[in-house]
Amino acid sequence: MTPTLVGRIQTRLFLLATVGLGWTILISPILVQQDGSVGRVYAITISAVFLTAVFGVGWELLYHALQQYRWEKDWPILYSLVVAFPEGFLVWISVLVIFFGSPPPFLVFWFHFLSTWSLVWLVAVGPIKVLLPRWRYQGGRIVEK
Amino acid sequence: MTADRSGELTPQLIETGTWSDELVSRTLPIVDVPFVSIGGGLGSLAAVDLLRIAGLRTDDIRVVTTIDRPHQTYRLLAENSQIPVEERIRSDASSTIDNIWGFPSYATREAMSAKGLANKIAPLRHVLVEPVLDDYYTPTAGQVYSSVDAEANRIGWNKMLLKGVVRMVRRRVGGGYFTVYTPKAGQDPTHGGTKRVAVRSRHVHIAVGYPGVRFLPDLQKYRKTHKDFSRVVNAYENHDYVYEELRRRPSTVMVRGSGIVASRILVRLLDDREKRGANTTVIHLFRNYVREPQGDRATFRRDGRNGFAYQGFNYPKAAWGGQLKEQLESLDGDARKDLIGRLGGTNTPHRRAWDDQLERGRHGGWYRQFEGQVQSVAPGQDQTVQTTVADRAGRTIQLEANFIVDATGLESDISEHRVLADLLDYGGAGRNPLGRLDVEPSFEVRGTRSEPGRMYASGSIALGGYYAGVDSFLGLQYAALRIHDDLASAGFGTRLGSMRSVKEWWRWMRQQPVP
Repeated sequence: MTPTLVGRIQTRLFLLATVGLGWTILISPILVQQDGSVGRVYAITISAVFLTAVFGVGWELLYHALQQYRWEKDWPILYSLVVAFPEGFLVWISVLVIFFGSPPPFLVFWFHFLSTWSLVWLVAVGPIKVLLPRWRYQGGRIVEK
Repeated sequence: MTADRSGELTPQLIETGTWSDELVSRTLPIVDVPFVSIGGGLGSLAAVDLLRIAGLRTDDIRVVTTIDRPHQTYRLLAENSQIPVEERIRSDASSTIDNIWGFPSYATREAMSAKGLANKIAPLRHVLVEPVLDDYYTPTAGQVYSSVDAEANRIGWNKMLLKGVVRMVRRRVGGGYFTVYTPKAGQDPTHGGTKRVAVRSRHVHIAVGYPGVRFLPDLQKYRKTHKDFSRVVNAYENHDYVYEELRRRPSTVMVRGSGIVASRILVRLLDDREKRGANTTVIHLFRNYVREPQGDRATFRRDGRNGFAYQGFNYPKAAWGGQLKEQLESLDGDARKDLIGRLGGTNTPHRRAWDDQLERGRHGGWYRQFEGQVQSVAPGQDQTVQTTVADRAGRTIQLEANFIVDATGLESDISEHRVLADLLDYGGAGRNPLGRLDVEPSFEVRGTRSEPGRMYASGSIALGGYYAGVDSFLGLQYAALRIHDDLASAGFGTRLGSMRSVKEWWRWMRQQPVP
């Protein structure tokens, strides 16, 4: 994938709002622990998706800046996979602050975050091109110019 | 005047830029079809594939061509330049010329069809870590050919073929175009035994590929002066006898050029030495020897060393669909020419195995590099060819070789192609800053509009336009998409949307024929 800045942001928001949110809605009830409620898990997981989207705009600015130092001006798919860790860490810290007093279970958060990330990544490296046949030629834009 | 339909091109036809139906029908039988693609190679395949997937029927399209299969010319050039079917070409995993979506990629399909877990994982691991922990993944030539054959069959390629040689395309009074061609013997679609046929269409697409190969001027001069066509050869032309001769007796070969074509020739020469018993010494002559990364800014610097400039494909990846593509689209004239030059130029992909092989050759003394400007090429002693070179210090060196391979990959001027020359003379077409056909961002050939008809060009003949990678699988597919979008906006066909795209992709996955 060879994203432009606008394309990066659009693709992230689009995929989080569709694949990311869809997966979250599906998976959250399974993550309920003995003493918790579905409502509380949804509060945690949906906050995580929302924060990934919001912080993501900032992260994309950073990635775009780093991309300028690559001759190919591309963004290897390996990079899009491993940045899950720094991004996830920031979201984790933020969730801990938001839910101060009753911190979300570590496993619940990370299982949800990493599974959502992987699914979004998988869609971005292939299937999205089927749905949007012009996407790969316009730097990841969802809304055409 | 009575119509003789003999297929004669009368002087009046030749001298008239825009033809009326009446004028044409005096001597030429007319065949009607809405869309004509001229060429029949991978450029035509890409365009026709997309149009078929977007909903056009085989009856709407004709492909005028001299070749039987869309990969035929590509394969000929690949094999001449030493890429056999089992070798990996220089193309991205998702630049799938047989699949408009780029998914599943060549790597995924290689994994699916491989036997054994390790062989299944290898291509997937490769695309996952490219180009960070490994060189770029690239598909084998054989995979490309067999998948092109499958796609051609799926879209009814053979039903759309008109076999023959195109002579010219002229605009029609009242709109659209006439494509005049000489049918192959026994394949005249009018069954009248005519010499030529005029195909009357609303739209025309031209994808005729390279107008021809060209030699370096000094080598061209040597060949012409000394009538020696066997010792100085072009990498794109068949020169297998050279390798046969090299295996028979110890010889020296000079390779000119340092791009991908040169890399292929070097691999063949050194493989023959290392694996097939040839006792060949390779002299590699560089005009511009790359010692270090190129570019004066950290944000615009290409890897380079040992003489070569390295990049994965013939342009940086973002030229096909990222920020460099957007940048190029915004430029015109010399600024565009300049950027294309800086992104492209002479370069080759970095491959670890190639690097190691050259290193072994350097150590062993059978691969020797020289840098300099050629002063003259003349016959030497014992049936050799002697090249006189001025090196960087201004000293003169004499290099003797039994063969010289021109691997610079130079292409002829577009006017060497009869159809393009006619288009420049009579069709209103012009040249872009690189001297090729001037096209719009939609790949419409500027100056050739014949309302409601439009003429498009894709491939190497359109290099120098708003898109750098025109002469590549993905570039041909991008051109196809732009052409389709432009045609749809003019009311020809329906723009390919998400619903149809998904439906057609699923049809592709099941390898069902396109109706």
